[in-house]
Amino acid sequence: MRLTLKIWRQENASAQGALQTYDLDGISADMSFLEMLDVLNEKLQGEGQEPVAFDHDCREGICGTCSLMINGEAHGPEVTTTCQLHMRSFNDGDTITIEPWRADAFPVVRDLIVDRSAFDRIIQSGGFISANTGSAPEANSVPAPRDKAMRAFNVATCIGCGACVAACPNGSASLFMGAKITHLGELPQGQPERYSRVVDMVAQHDHEGFGGCTNIGECASACPKEIPLDVISQLNKDLRDAMRMGL
Amino acid sequence: MAVSGLIFIGFVLTHMYGNLKAFAGEESFNEYAHHLRTIGEPMLPESGLLWVIRLVLIVSLVVHVSSALILARRAGAARTVKYAVKKNKHSSISSRTMRWGGLTILVFLVWHLLNFTIVKVNPSGGETDNPYQLMVDTFDLWWMTLIYLAAMAALALHLHHGTFSAMQTLGWTNSAAARTRARTAGWVLAIVIAGGFSLVPIFVLLGVID
Amino acid sequence: MASTVDVSGNTVLTTPPNQQSDDAHGYYTLGEKIADTKAPAGPIKDRWTTHKMNNRLVNPANRRKLDVIIVGTGLAGGAAAATLGEAGYNVKSFCYQDSPRRAHSIAAQGGINAAKNYKEDGDSTYRLFYDTVKGGDYRSRESNVYRLAEVSANIIDQCVAQGVPFAREYGGLLDNRSFGGVQVSRTFYARGQTGQQLLIGAYQAMERQVAAGTVTQYTRHEMLELIIVDGKARGIIARDMVTGAIETHLADVVVLASGGYGNVFFLSTNAMGSNVTAAWRAHRKGAYMANPCYTQIHPTCIPVSGDHQSKLTLMSESLRNDGRIWVPKKAEDCTKDPRDIPEEDRDYYLERIYPSFGNLVPRDIASRQAKNVCDEGRGVGPMVGDFRRGVYLDFADAIKRLGEDAVREKYDNLFDMYERITGENPYEVPMRIYPAVHYVMGGLWVDYDLQSNIDGLFVTGEANFSDHGANRLGASALMQGLADGYFVLPNTIREYLADGPFDAIDESHPEVVAARTEVEDRIQKFLSINGTRTVDSYHKELGNIMWEYCGMERTEDGLRKAIDMIRELKADFWSNVKVLGTADSLNQSLEKAGRVADFLELGELMCIDALNRRESCGGHFRAESQTEDGEALRHDDEFAYVAAWEFGGEGGQPVLHKEDLVYTAIEMKQRSYK
Ligand SMILES: Cc1cc2nc3c(=O)[nH]c(=O)nc-3n(C[C@H](O)[C@H](O)[C@H](O)COP(=O)(O)OP(=O)(O)OC[C@H]3O[C@@H](n4cnc5c(N)ncnc54)[C@H](O)[C@@H]3O)c2cc1C
Ligand code: HEM
Ligand code: HEM
Ligand code: SF4
Ligand code: F3S
Ligand code: FES
Repeated sequence: MRLTLKIWRQENASAQGALQTYDLDGISADMSFLEMLDVLNEKLQGEGQEPVAFDHDCREGICGTCSLMINGEAHGPEVTTTCQLHMRSFNDGDTITIEPWRADAFPVVRDLIVDRSAFDRIIQSGGFISANTGSAPEANSVPAPRDKAMRAFNVATCIGCGACVAACPNGSASLFMGAKITHLGELPQGQPERYSRVVDMVAQHDHEGFGGCTNIGECASACPKEIPLDVISQLNKDLRDAMRMGL
Repeated sequence: MAVSGLIFIGFVLTHMYGNLKAFAGEESFNEYAHHLRTIGEPMLPESGLLWVIRLVLIVSLVVHVSSALILARRAGAARTVKYAVKKNKHSSISSRTMRWGGLTILVFLVWHLLNFTIVKVNPSGGETDNPYQLMVDTFDLWWMTLIYLAAMAALALHLHHGTFSAMQTLGWTNSAAARTRARTAGWVLAIVIAGGFSLVPIFVLLGVID
Repeated sequence: MASTVDVSGNTVLTTPPNQQSDDAHGYYTLGEKIADTKAPAGPIKDRWTTHKMNNRLVNPANRRKLDVIIVGTGLAGGAAAATLGEAGYNVKSFCYQDSPRRAHSIAAQGGINAAKNYKEDGDSTYRLFYDTVKGGDYRSRESNVYRLAEVSANIIDQCVAQGVPFAREYGGLLDNRSFGGVQVSRTFYARGQTGQQLLIGAYQAMERQVAAGTVTQYTRHEMLELIIVDGKARGIIARDMVTGAIETHLADVVVLASGGYGNVFFLSTNAMGSNVTAAWRAHRKGAYMANPCYTQIHPTCIPVSGDHQSKLTLMSESLRNDGRIWVPKKAEDCTKDPRDIPEEDRDYYLERIYPSFGNLVPRDIASRQAKNVCDEGRGVGPMVGDFRRGVYLDFADAIKRLGEDAVREKYDNLFDMYERITGENPYEVPMRIYPAVHYVMGGLWVDYDLQSNIDGLFVTGEANFSDHGANRLGASALMQGLADGYFVLPNTIREYLADGPFDAIDESHPEVVAARTEVEDRIQKFLSINGTRTVDSYHKELGNIMWEYCGMERTEDGLRKAIDMIRELKADFWSNVKVLGTADSLNQSLEKAGRVADFLELGELMCIDALNRRESCGGHFRAESQTEDGEALRHDDEFAYVAAWEFGGEGGQPVLHKEDLVYTAIEMKQRSYK
């Protein structure tokens, strides 16, 4: 198939960027979206132009590195990651606009690559259970009810890709944060730090410059791991309980 | 924000109910307007409770509007470079128009208060001391009715998302079922309140109430 | 070669070791044997305890004066950073991704082994040890493997305490399953995302230390050189991949946890960025590379769909429990719709050749037979190169027998993934599968302390060679990564660090300057060649050579040919590669160029190692060494050793150091699956 690509090119964080148009032919429906970009990059290099920089690693939908805004949809038209999106979701002759995640807390590094270290800092502020190596009790000494463990698992599948932020009209990272708070808050091991965790993480989130959540719900529909909106409700509940405790 | 929103919901719900007294006729409506000012007596001075309510409403308004401003400012700063193309997949129009809807309601409110409480402007030049008559006179004008109906549309949208949003903000929607319930509540409140309010102007215009 | 047959029908080799064949003659020189691996003596079950006791301690007040560099944030590196940070050392952690959480360990699906014996089915430390040594085809070091089995139970405890959401039973206790043909149930899992959950646990523990100030994380930093001063590893040169700045980081000790090098094959199940650079740079500075030819090829991957293919996706082995593998009997049927091929024209070749194990034969056998039928021209699916690379994995019988719903319940997510990638619905059309490179057992040589032959250079996880011999059992890599990171390294590194802090060195030290200059020159070289071919095109070509001649089946002639081809390709690379852009910006072509340059050198060494090892063992199958039935045939008399290769200098020959494998706690047997 033949495609017209409009791709955001930007030299570095401080440079001015712009959308550039490229024509690409000979794309097969079996290619993944990133393989389509590989083909473009080989072609560009053949013509002496620098390839388009984009982030990716596992190409298996699990590492959360890939991160493209495709025709205005985070990770494109399917509920999956960019790397698992295939060209059969597009048609011959399509024009595809490819942009980086847009959020000031995720500054553009180059072309389609952004800096998501803000997510690491949110985790640093409290997204963990303090359990030093070697101090752990026998694993089965603390049973975890199966339904709670299941819920914890379902939301622990977040891959930290940032699509939720990219899709949210407010640029909020509440879904990402809620997923972690719910994961740890559902487990018995996560209880001691449950309320300080939510207070600290929310403070860091706001400090990073993410927007506030007004429950629009675009995040959950963009999430490749289908993290449900109730994690944001859970976050709010825990936050309210924490405030009641005077934290 | 959620709390002030819920207070508003409570208020508009009762207010809407009160307005429906218009169907019971002039006396009943005016008595209700008078009653508003006398409940609590003699424990409270005249209009005492009304002022308590007003105070709560004013505080809520300040909280609500300032939270809205803060959120809007944060959202603006969170994405200073806009997308060239951006689609919205599953969010409702109401959720994305909360700010405009809120602003519309605010503008409406200013006029509404000028109209009915503070200045009591009677656009058709009639009497202003009789609440019932003021109301009937107002809605006898088709364009006034239109303004009110437009405001009710904005209110409906605001309530549709606002109700769900408030529950989500308060952490009451921790499961898919609870979320569905909250969304349904949004629909119900939007239709009941905006619909209920709209009845009076429409029926006045149609001449059923006069 | 003499042998006897024991009671269980296994062949026990009895001839003493003496090398009879020397296929690699002329490609290498023979060095000294490795005399001491620091493995303690005594009963196997006491070795680790005694060793831990004997290792010296570091005074807590001294720890923050000790700088530890850890390259890699996968299970091995992330767990080590967290643990050493908690202990109070001053840790610097490096990874090439934008966050430590994205290390390749995240992709592991199946599970992690631990000898917990929760099911009371007879599991024990010894049995896990036994299974692992046997699975590795008696080419691993017994003391290391025993220790691995010993600490496995602690890993589960640690992970649960961190909040890893393992699968649970209704009563709230941990669930586990049997995996990879093992007879006991000891694999703990978190649906099909075990690696992800374990890594997030380690990552969170590490981030906690970042907040505490004991760990500093350097993301998007690639280690490009090792710094050795006075015979000790004292730091690294790294490139900030965003700004291009070349940075010097000095420390008292360096730990490499940089993962495996399966990407030398270009197509593999590894992440795109997985590379050998950190290990290879250390190798060039003197660290031995052990058993580089041991590669694991996984039978159930989604086949290549065309020349554009960039990576291969693994599908869980569990599919072989219900799917039947076949190809058409006649080559002319290969383009037909498989549903139109009548039963009598289908060749269920695994069931035919291995009537008792059928579709459940071990990974290496299933992989090799698939290659054989495709080489015969009976492969299915699209034409890639000059033949079709795929065999059917058919669920029609299972659907008939169990019903579509039951099949859906078991394999839903795998079928979905398959459909997303291939566009075919496996409930209707048989799946197509093909083997793919998945894991490397080889890596930098380490002693019992996980220290390489360079003082102060420790190597953990897939980057080292130590625990899996010639073949790794399913669910054991995660176990090893976390064992190394949480429990082994923290207890062995202190023996080394007890002598520290070492003399301060500064950036103007001649060794430091030399390392730095070397890196800068190399980068300038890449950018200045300005040839005609892209880096990727070289990588693909190298991959094809490796797959063809150093893949599932290796022959003497093929390996020789491959060595020549790689040498030629390497020369061409250095004169004709085209790397655009600049050194001082984010430049993905430049990053790849460095990795591919190292893969070219590694590929050659892998072929030499494979050529030298004229025996078949585990994942290494030499066509010259097979039984009459075509099964792998080991030669314990000649090859019961670890081949540790020393860099022979630019253009020189690698030097082979042998470490004899001695088994006191287990008896060597030839495996059989007929
Ligand atoms: C698809 C798949 C499924 C698997 N499933 C299982 C399973 O079910 N059970 C099991 O036990 N094993 C499984 N494995 C194997 C297992 O996942 C790996 O062997 C293991 O995770 C390796 O961990 P590691 O910590 O050694 O390295 P990795 O996780 O690969 O981490 C390497 C780290 O090193 C860094 N790095 C590398 N080079 C450099 C450099 N030059 N400079 C700076 N940083 C660098 C990277 O950034 C990364 O942080 C699977 C493997 C694959 C590919
Ligand atoms: C006076 C002018 C008003 C403005 C400017 C305004 C604006 C806003 C904005 C911007 C939001 C944020 C969106 C969100 O959090 O979901 C909001 C929420 C809300 N508003 Fe209003 N609004 C106004 C009046 C009202 C009125 C009159 C009502 C009730 C009848 C109301 C009920 C709500 C509710 C329930 C919410 C949800 C609160 C939450 O999610 O925490 N608002 N409003
Ligand atoms: C068609 C719809 C409406 C009608 C017919 C209506 C009618 C009235 C009337 C007659 C009064 C005067 C009552 C009195 O002074 O005794 C009044 C007051 C008021 N209305 Fe409405 N109203 C409508 C909608 C709304 C809405 C949507 C809001 C809020 C967003 C609102 C907010 C108020 C307020 C705050 C007062 C003043 C109460 C006070 O403090 O005295 N009204 N309205
Ligand atoms: S919540 Fe979903 S969209 Fe957001 S970071 Fe996690 S996986 Fe990505
Ligand atoms: S889209 Fe944004 S507003 Fe909240 S519900 Fe999701 S974070
Ligand atoms: S590249 Fe890993 S999730 Fe897409």
